[in-house]
Amino acid sequence: MSALAFVVLALVALALGGYVLSGELRGLYARRRRARAARQPQPRFDPGIERRAELKARALLRSIVNPEEWEMYRDLGFIRIVGRGPRGSGRASADPSGGLPPDGHFSYLIYPHKPIVAYLPGSNSLLSEYCVEFPDRSERLYGRRLPDSDDVLAKWMLIRADEETLLRGANMHLPGRQIDPQRVRRDLWRLAEWERARAGRAMPSEAGAA
Amino acid sequence: MKFLRLMPGKGEVVLAEGDPQLSEDEERLIEEFRRQLDSGMWAAVPITEGASGRREAIMVQEFAEIPRDTERVIFFPRAAGG
Repeated sequence: MSALAFVVLALVALALGGYVLSGELRGLYARRRRARAARQPQPRFDPGIERRAELKARALLRSIVNPEEWEMYRDLGFIRIVGRGPRGSGRASADPSGGLPPDGHFSYLIYPHKPIVAYLPGSNSLLSEYCVEFPDRSERLYGRRLPDSDDVLAKWMLIRADEETLLRGANMHLPGRQIDPQRVRRDLWRLAEWERARAGRAMPSEAGAA
Repeated sequence: MKFLRLMPGKGEVVLAEGDPQLSEDEERLIEEFRRQLDSGMWAAVPITEGASGRREAIMVQEFAEIPRDTERVIFFPRAAGG
């Protein structure tokens, strides 16, 4: 084969290869374009939004619960509610309380995203933990959990409005299952100190008013 | 009257607002109330007891159960054992 024939053959092969390659590239670009157009724009996650949601939730909680309950939550991180028991809810009941005294001589501690703890105020004996949550299955971007203060508000409203439903629906466990009993006893001590300090602050103003 | 819904990542969101004394507003509020309950929400109404001034809450399952002078109805997801 002459050198001229070899060059011509090489040029023809090059041209054919280039044609095939350009076709492949065009197809690849077209597929990418179609995929990009089909893709829905995803909302971007904003890390500050959780904090803003919590600030809103705190403001709402403050506007709904009693002033001393709000101050308790602000200062201590939980709310204590005196229980009414099955009798207090005004309904007949087999025993939804899981052994709580029916006369309402017990209280609850409401923590955000933690079980509600029932205890006897006189002895600070821990009675039980009631595990309850409010999962929002419609929300995908931010998960199912309400902001902390909204979780506390939902528990507060449910206890105030329908304690029996809460006790029936919750998973009841012995103390210590999710919350360290030492922590609860320390919180009860903090609560007692807080109430003493609050009463001390209130007394001079009452004396001044008299 | 305002309908508020507690939502993850958002706090409370205003769903509807209106004066239940006006029939047009009342229809809209009833429709939204039913929609929320049908989608699995519970509804609570914050109230203040007249004699003691204590703040309480009541759960409502019908629009007619909402006290007339209510300012806010709070919708939140149903409780589940954790």
